[in-house]
Amino acid sequence: MEAQKEIVIEIKDLYKSFGQNRVLNGFNMTIYKGDSIVLLGKSGSGKSVMIKCLVGLMQPDSGSIKIMGDDPTKLSQKELNLLRSKIGFLFQGSALYDSMTVRENLEFPLRIHPELLAQKETRVKQALESVGLLDAIDLMPSELSGGMKRRIALARAIMLRPKIIIYDEPTTGLDPITSKEITLLIQRIQKEYDATSLIISHDIDFAKAIASRIIMLIDGINYASGTALELEKSTDPKIKAFFKQT
Amino acid sequence: MKRPNPVKTFLIELGDLFYFIGRFFRELMSRPFEFKELLRQAYIMGNRSIVLVGVTGFILGLVFTLQSRPTLAEFGAQSWMPSMVSISIIREIGPVIIALVAAGKISSGIGAEIGSMRVTEQIDAMEVSGTNPFKYLVVTRIMATTLMVPLLIIFGDAVALIGSALVEYIKGNVSFQLYFNQAFIALSFSDIIPATIKSFFFGFAIGLVGSFKGYNCKNGTVGVGEASNSAVVFTSLLLFLIDFIAVFLTDIFT
Ligand SMILES: Nc1ncnc2c1ncn2[C@@H]1O[C@H](COP(=O)(O)OP(=O)(O)O)[C@@H](O)[C@H]1O
Ligand SMILES: [Mg+2]
Repeated sequence: MEAQKEIVIEIKDLYKSFGQNRVLNGFNMTIYKGDSIVLLGKSGSGKSVMIKCLVGLMQPDSGSIKIMGDDPTKLSQKELNLLRSKIGFLFQGSALYDSMTVRENLEFPLRIHPELLAQKETRVKQALESVGLLDAIDLMPSELSGGMKRRIALARAIMLRPKIIIYDEPTTGLDPITSKEITLLIQRIQKEYDATSLIISHDIDFAKAIASRIIMLIDGINYASGTALELEKSTDPKIKAFFKQT
Repeated sequence: MKRPNPVKTFLIELGDLFYFIGRFFRELMSRPFEFKELLRQAYIMGNRSIVLVGVTGFILGLVFTLQSRPTLAEFGAQSWMPSMVSISIIREIGPVIIALVAAGKISSGIGAEIGSMRVTEQIDAMEVSGTNPFKYLVVTRIMATTLMVPLLIIFGDAVALIGSALVEYIKGNVSFQLYFNQAFIALSFSDIIPATIKSFFFGFAIGLVGSFKGYNCKNGTVGVGEASNSAVVFTSLLLFLIDFIAVFLTDIFT
C-alpha cells in the first residue's frame, strides 16, 4: 500500500550545525501525499532549523532534500520561488507584517503572481472566511489578539492554495481554548484544501488530536516514529518523556 | 563561554558591512525595483523628521547668531554676521547637526524596525512569499535616506538662516531683505556643491547603518534594542568620519 502513495517530501541524512552546536545529525523523513505529520521535539531540538532547511531559508551542511521532486538547495531563485508558492508556511510567532493591514498582509504572497491579480479580492475574502475572520480585513496586526494573529497568519499561508502546509508550533503560546480552536481550524483547512501537512509541536495532546503519524526529533535524528498509540507503549525514557506521567 | 576578542569582532563586523554594501549595489542594479515602497519610505521619513529638523535648525540659527554677536561687536564687525553665519551653516554646521539629528531619528528607527522584523521572522516570511526582503526593505530604505537627508538638510539650513535673520532683525535692526542679500552674496558654488555632495553620503550612511544593524539583528527583543542603539552610535561616528574626509578633500581641491 505504501508503494502506491506519492512521496511529497523526502529528507535524507540532513546535517546542520552552528559552530560547535550540532543541531541536526543525519535526520531522515519521508512524507506521503495526504499525510498529516506531527514533528515532535523539545524546545531547541532543531525543529525550526529542519523546516527552514526544507524551504531554503537555511542551507544544510549536507544531506538531500526533495520536495515534490525538487531539491530547494539546487534551484535558481526563480524556480525556488515557484516551489515555495506550492508550500504554505505558518511561522512560530505568526510573523504578520506589522506595518501592513490584514488585507495587505494577505495580498503580499500574490505580489509575484500577476496572473492572480484579477482574483485578488475574492482570494483575500475566501482565505479570511476559511479562518472565520472576515471582519478583521482592515485591521492592523497590533489590533489583533494572539489567537486572531495566528488565524490571519494561517489565512496568509493558504492564499496561494498550497499543496503542502508547514506549521511551526501553531498552538504554542495560546490559551487552551484558543489552542483547541486553532487545532480544529487546522483540521478543517486540511480537508478543505486537501493539503499534506507537516506540523511542528512539542505538545503530545495536540499531536494525538491531529497526527496521522508522529515523528520524534531527538538528538538531531528522527529518533522514533509511529502513531500516538504505538509511541505511548514504548519503554524508552526519551520517548516516554513526552507523555504525561501517570 | 570564552569572551570574543573585540578586535576580531570589530573586523568581522567591518567585513560584514562591506559585504552588505556590495549586496546593496548588486540588488540595486537588478530588477524589479520596489519603486512604490521607496516612495512610501521617503514620505514616511520626511514626514516624521521635518518638525524635528525644523526646530533644530531654527534653534541652531538663533543660538549661533546670539553667541557670535558679542565677539563680532567687539571688532565692530556686526555687518559680517549674515555672510559668516550663512557660510558656516551651509558648509559645515547645518549638514552635520541635521545629519546627527537624522541619525538619532531615522537610523535608530530603521534599526529597530528591520531588527524586529528579523527576530519575529517577518523577513523569513517575505522570503518564502517570493519577495526579496533585502530589496524590499533594505534597498528602498537606503535609497530613501540618500534622497531625503539632503532635502532635510537644505530645509534645516534654510530655517537656521531664518532664525539667524530674526536675531539680527531684533538685535541689530537688520531687515530680512538686507540679511538674505548679504547671506547669499557671501555664498559661492564652492561652498554649496561640496556640502550637497557630502549630504548625500550622510544620507547613505544613515540608511546603510540602520539597515545593516537591523538586518543582522540577533538575540530576540534584546537584540532589537541593541540594533537600534548601536545604529545611532555607529552612524554618528561614521558621519564624523565622512565629514572629515569631505573637508580634507575640499581643502585639497579648492
Ligand atoms: N540562525 C542561527 N544561528 C545560530 N544558532 C541557531 C540559529 N537558529 C537556530 N540556532 C540554534 O539551533 C538550535 C535549534 O533551534 P530551533 O530549531 O529554533 O529549535 P526548536 O526545535 O525549538 O524550533 C538551538 O540551539 C538554536 O540556538
Ligand atoms: Mg522553533
